[in-house]
Formats: sequence, structure tokens, C-alpha cells
Amino acid sequence: MSERSRAMVRSAASKVLSALVVMFLAATVTFLLVRISGDPLSMLLPPDATAEQADELAATLGLDQPLVVQYADYLSGLIRFDLGDSLFYNQPVSQVIADRLPATALLAVSALFIALVIAVPAGIAAAMRRGRARDKGIMTLILLGQSTPAFWVGIVLILIFAVRLQVLPASGHGTLSHLILPAVTLAVYSVAVIARLLRSSLLDVLSSDYMRTATAKGFGPTHAVVSHGLRNASLPVITVVGLETGTLLGGAILTEQVFTWPGLGRLTIEAISNRDLPLVQGTVLLFAAIFVVINLIVDVTYSAIDPRVRLEK
Amino acid sequence: MAGISIAASQDAQTPTHTAWRALRQNRWGMVAVVFLAVMVLTAALAPLIAPHDPQAQNLLERLAPPSWAGDSDHLLGTDHLGRDVFSRLVFGSRISLLVGVSAAMLAGVIGAVVGLLAGYYGGRLDWILMRLADVQLAFPSILLALAVVAFLGSGLWIVIVVLGLTGWVSYARVVRSEVVSLKTRDFVTEARAIGVGNLTIIRRHLLPNVVAPLATIATLNVASAIVAESALSFLGLGVPTHIPTWGSMLADGQLYLGTSWWIAIFPGLALMLTSLAINITGDAIRDATDPKVYRR
Amino acid sequence: MTTVLSIEKLSVDFELGTETVHAVRDVSLDLAEGETLAIVGESGSGKTATALSILQLNPVPPAVYRSGTIRFGAHDLLALPEARLRAIRGNDIAMIFQDPMTSLNPLKKVGRQIGETLQLHRDVSRRDTRSAVVEALAQAGVPRPDERAEQYPHELSGGLRQRAMIAMALVTRPKVLIADEPTTALDVTVQAQILELLVQLQDRHGMAIVLITHDLGVVADVADRIAVMRSGEIVEEQPCEPLFAAPQHEYTRSLLAATPRLAGASEGA
Repeated sequence: MSERSRAMVRSAASKVLSALVVMFLAATVTFLLVRISGDPLSMLLPPDATAEQADELAATLGLDQPLVVQYADYLSGLIRFDLGDSLFYNQPVSQVIADRLPATALLAVSALFIALVIAVPAGIAAAMRRGRARDKGIMTLILLGQSTPAFWVGIVLILIFAVRLQVLPASGHGTLSHLILPAVTLAVYSVAVIARLLRSSLLDVLSSDYMRTATAKGFGPTHAVVSHGLRNASLPVITVVGLETGTLLGGAILTEQVFTWPGLGRLTIEAISNRDLPLVQGTVLLFAAIFVVINLIVDVTYSAIDPRVRLEK
Repeated sequence: MAGISIAASQDAQTPTHTAWRALRQNRWGMVAVVFLAVMVLTAALAPLIAPHDPQAQNLLERLAPPSWAGDSDHLLGTDHLGRDVFSRLVFGSRISLLVGVSAAMLAGVIGAVVGLLAGYYGGRLDWILMRLADVQLAFPSILLALAVVAFLGSGLWIVIVVLGLTGWVSYARVVRSEVVSLKTRDFVTEARAIGVGNLTIIRRHLLPNVVAPLATIATLNVASAIVAESALSFLGLGVPTHIPTWGSMLADGQLYLGTSWWIAIFPGLALMLTSLAINITGDAIRDATDPKVYRR
Repeated sequence: MTTVLSIEKLSVDFELGTETVHAVRDVSLDLAEGETLAIVGESGSGKTATALSILQLNPVPPAVYRSGTIRFGAHDLLALPEARLRAIRGNDIAMIFQDPMTSLNPLKKVGRQIGETLQLHRDVSRRDTRSAVVEALAQAGVPRPDERAEQYPHELSGGLRQRAMIAMALVTRPKVLIADEPTTALDVTVQAQILELLVQLQDRHGMAIVLITHDLGVVADVADRIAVMRSGEIVEEQPCEPLFAAPQHEYTRSLLAATPRLAGASEGA
């Protein structure tokens, strides 16, 4: 038993290490991109600025230092969660982000919740009645969900529920009814992906030998699926949920724009339009960090469920 | 040596033949392909098909409803600047198709090269390339696209390059696994034994076998590239704003949703149908060419 | 000797798209209490389909049970409602399969899988289940059974996995054990051990065994009676020694000729 837990700890440690490496690469790439994107100074200064003003600004922002020193400052700042100051908001970037983060988190979590609540029963229902009408119907809906761009879904929902029926607000934030449309919009694509994957992985499981053994032991069909099928079928789904988070984050950016939801997504767009480079840098890094952390959690969960993986080097 | 290459190409079933045969049996697949053909034609013949200049503003006729719903003579109505929606839709399809296909091709080339190299040479090169793929996957593509656009500005070519750069991973993975399984087959080991150069082997023996799975992924990739382009345009970060795209039409239309639903709905519908048609076609191609699917 | 299981005129078809395969044609077999009946044939002979029919484990979209009865006790298994059939599966009639690696759930501990069978059919406490599981593993010849019960299938060797499957089948003391190619996936040295184990357990618990195999050599030491199948039909059925000594049917003779004998088979049980 302790051999197994030691192996688990070792693999978890290596995963954390890779995650850190990825973050490091992300930070470096962002740093380089900002520097490449042209002279930040010229974007910040009014056209008639004098040379002294330019030098002064450069000194304040630390842009007059050699690149390597800037890089070192940047990295050390990151470790302290100091991402510089937003040019537009005149506040530390970390502050601005912290203000907006909860809204996006709420949206993403609600969307994931809705997605699971719909996708899991749908996937199971489709797999249990493979090839019949129910399965075909669900597969068609899945196809529609995967092909429809999320921002259009949002617009259609606004048209139906906010404009025509007038039961839900078209934008804004604050109450549960404000949350419904954006969360549903965001959930659509994920529902399709998760349902489809659960269905196919459950189909694989249902035709496996150990399911036959379960039947031979006297399990009824539902009992067999719940006791033996689901855990096995959920493995690939868990991995996909991790990958889906990336899509969810991307979708959040669009959904927030459609519904004017005051979260990180809209913040990023605003920052880009305002050429607020420190803020853009901060939000990009944060998204990357969130993604990496979630993938890490997914990885660790996977190896916790599948004992075959744990003993691998 | 000629004998071996004949054996190799006989080994690879012509994907076009099997695909065509299977498509003919698949009703929805045919519908989807026909739809796409019509779309491509429309995009190519845009100037002939569009009744109005997509950029022509006519403030007297702004926000006019579609001709079958109101009494304007614009098939799908006009937008807030009096521009004909139908014409803009037709010209918008050009951008979508251009970006979608170019980005998919770029991603395909990059992905195929990476996959071939990684699968064939294995070892350290394989490890590095696959780690790179993992890191790439660690970033949601929208985010990457946004980051690049934020720092390098927007524009048609940047969008294509970015989408190409974000899409290569799925190609690479598939190609790599195909190559790895083909690498140990007889015709490859024989060719090697005779002394055929690695590049020739890759080109003549491995590449043809890899085309079928590549085609499936490419199709699906085109769909996601089209949607991604319109997402960027929707956010105002895509192609320059004077060029009509479905995404920017959606963005404009959203502001007038209360009164003039047609401005946003039609481009969205076009997007959805196109994406749907491509996905159906891609599924049909995969069902036709993937031998694993035959095993029930 | 009392007959414990009786297959009468069983016919099973497999509907595969356009063609229909007559997998089992008018097969009749009797199994007496405590005896070992071997059903031997090549792949496609219908032996596995027949065995799976007893507990109706054939995948049902393609499989259709056309006619016949399978008598067990007072019931016709083919006519039983699902719920009654479930009460018999794993309980009065148990089955073990060819490949223990795929037939066991890779994500569940071995002991848990064995215990489930017991909990399904009996009202037992957790502690009693645990000791029954360890006891079953011990009887199946698994060394350090209490440790093995806590392991996962992939942590056991092929032979041990099959012993675990056997333990799983035995834990409810079934009257009939159906063994579908139990040794085919195992090393030759282990095969003989498993067969010996089956014989021991049969002596101990008095259960009847239906042994499906393609290998006549495997069957020589173990079977009381042998039924040879080809293309869905029974071609010959005799007690073990007479069959080996004087095979009646040409097909049986050709099977015998093609069979490498296990060492010691010619010396009898």
C-alpha cells in the first residue's frame, strides 16, 4: 500500500513540475509578445511629447533597462503576484483582475454545472438505447450543439427571452435571472461534447467483457451500469472536462461580451481595445494559470480513479 | 524499388473512392456536401450574385425588414446603415471560407510535418514535439488568438496565421499515431533495408496512408476555423472592419435586436448551417474512411 | 444420477444485417449432478453460443432464441422473466470466461468483485462477506488471499486472475459452473493447475461443470462425458474413455488426430 502511495506522490510531483514549466513558458512568451508588439512607449505618449517626457516615462516603467533585467524584474514580480499597474484603471493589475474574477468564476461554474446536469443523463440515455429513436434524437441535438457558435446561441436566446417574451434580462449582472441566459449559452457547446463522449465511452464499456461478467453474476442492467459501467466510462470524460475548460474559458470571453457580463473576458477585450498592455498581459497569464491548474487537477483525479495509471513511472 | 512503392500504394485504399461511395449512401451527408458546394459557388461568384454593393450605405432605407416580411426590396433587409444584408452575407462568406480553408490548410501542413517527424524519428525529437503539443493544448485557442491579436494587431493574414498556429495539434497527434503504426509494417522495413532514404520513405510510403485521417480532421478544422474567425470579428479583433464578415454583422446586429432582428439572425444562421454542413461532411468522411468504424 | 440441467432442442440464430447465422441447431444435452460435461469444437462450432444461452448471455440484438427449452430445476430458463433469471445467475448457475484480464473490472479490487456476487444473492454482513471472499480465494488456491483481495486485477498474474474468477463463481456455492475456455488464455503449465483446481472443487462441493473448449487434450483428465460440436450441431456424444478409445464420428476422429496430448493424459485421471 505504501508503495502505491509513494508512486502516487511521485507522479503528482512531476505533474506539478510540468505545470510550473508550462506557466514559466507562458510567462516568457507573453513577455516577448509584449516587447515585440512595438515600442510600448509610443503607444502611451501623446504625439507631441518631448524627449525628456519620453525618458521619464521610460524610467518609471523600467523600460530603459536592458532586456534581461526587465525579464528578471518581470519574473520576480510574477512570483509576488505583482503584475504591474493597469494604464487605464490606474490600479494594480492584480487588483483589477481580482475584482472581476468572481463574476467569471460564477459564470463558468454555473455553465459547467448546467452542462453536466444535462449531458450526463443524455449520454447515458443515448448509450442505453443505441441506434433507436432516442439515441438518434440525442445525437442530432449533440451535432447541433457542437456546430452552433456560442455567441449566436446567446443572441438567439436574447431575442426569444428578452425581446419577444420579456422574461429575462438581456444583459447585466446581479440576480439569478441575469445569470440564466449567459450560463445556458456558455453551457451549450460543453453539453454536446460531454454527452457525445460519455455516450461513446459508455458504449465501449457496455460491450466489454466485464459488463458481461456482471450480468452473469446476476446484476440487472441499470445496476450493472451504475456499479461497473459509469466509473470506467467516466475516465475519458474526465480528461475531456479538463480540455473543455479551455473552450469554456474562451466561450466565457464571447459570452461575457454578448451579455455584457462584468467578468475577466470582457476585461480582456477592453484591455485590448485600450492598448492597456500590462492588463492584457495579466489577464492572459491568469487564463493560462487557471487552465494549467484545472488540467493538473484533472490529471491527478484521473490517476486517483484509475489504479493502472498510478504505478506508471 | 519501384516494386515496393507499388506495393505501398496498393496498400493504401484510395480515400476518395471509399469516401464517395459511402457518401452516396449517407443521405444527410449528400445534403451537406451539396449545401457546401452551393456555398463555395456563392462565395466565388459573389459579385454576380449579390444584388447590391455590400458597402453601399443608404440611410434612407436603414433598418428595412426583409422583403417577404415587410415591403422593402431587400431580400434579407438592411442594416443600421442601409446596407443590404443579403449582399453582405454573400460577400461575408468569402472571408469565412477563405480564412477557414487557409487556416485549416496551414494547420494541416504544420501538423502533418510535426506528426510525420515525431512518429518516424521517434526518440528525443518525438518527446520534444509532443511536449510542445501539450503546451499548445494548454492554451485555449481563443486566448492565444486574442493574445497575438492584442500584441500584433488584427488583419486578415494575422488571423489566418494565428488560427493555423492554434490548430495544428490534432493533426499532429493523428498523423503521428498513424506513422508509428505504419513504421513497423513490412513495406517500410523492406524499403529501409534496401537503403531508401528516410525522406523518400516518408514521402512515398507514409504520406499516402496518412491522407485519410488528415482529411477528416481537416474538415472539422475548417468548421472550427470559420467559427473562430467570426468570433474574432464579433469581438472586433478580426479582419479590418470595412470588410463585411458574418462575425461583425452579428456584432452590429446585436445592438438592434429589439427592432431589427434580421441583421443578426441571418449571419448567425449562415454560420450555424455552414458549420453544421461541414461537421456532417466530416463525420461522413470519417465513417467512410476509418476502418475501425466497420467493426460493430 | 439426477439431471440438474437439461438443454432440449435448442436453436439459436444470429441476425447479422442481411444474413442469418444458425449458431446453434437443435442441440440437446443433459447434465447430471456432480458430473463434468465437456463441449468440444472448433471456433464457430456453436459451443460458446450454446454455453452462453444457458444464462442468456448472448448479446441480444443479433441473437434470437428460436426454439427449445433449458430446464433447470422446475423452470425453463428461456421462458423465465428477467428478474427470476437474475436470481439464478451467479447464484445457482455461475459462469467463468476465457480471458480473466478483460472479464474482470480493471477499476475494482478483486475482493470487492467477488464480494458483490455474495451480496447480490445473500443477506450477509460486510464482515461475513469479507471472510467468505478470503475463504473463496483460499479454496481457489490463491496464496495470501487476504492481501490479494485488496489488489486490482492487473496486479495479479494470469493464473491468479483465473483463480480469482473461479473464486468469484464459487462464492455462492452454485450447483452448476459453466467454464468457457477457462484455460485458453493461460500458459501451458498453468492450464493443468487450473483444470486440477476445477476437479478438486467439484469433488468438494459436488457441483456440475460444463466445460467449453476447443482442445480435446485439455478435456481428457477432467470430463466425464464429452459432446463434440460442429457447425451448430452435436456430432457425437459419449462418456470420456469410450470417446477417446473408439470415436464414432469421422469429425471426432480428425479432431483427435490433430490434438497434442497433455502429459499424463494417456494414463487416465
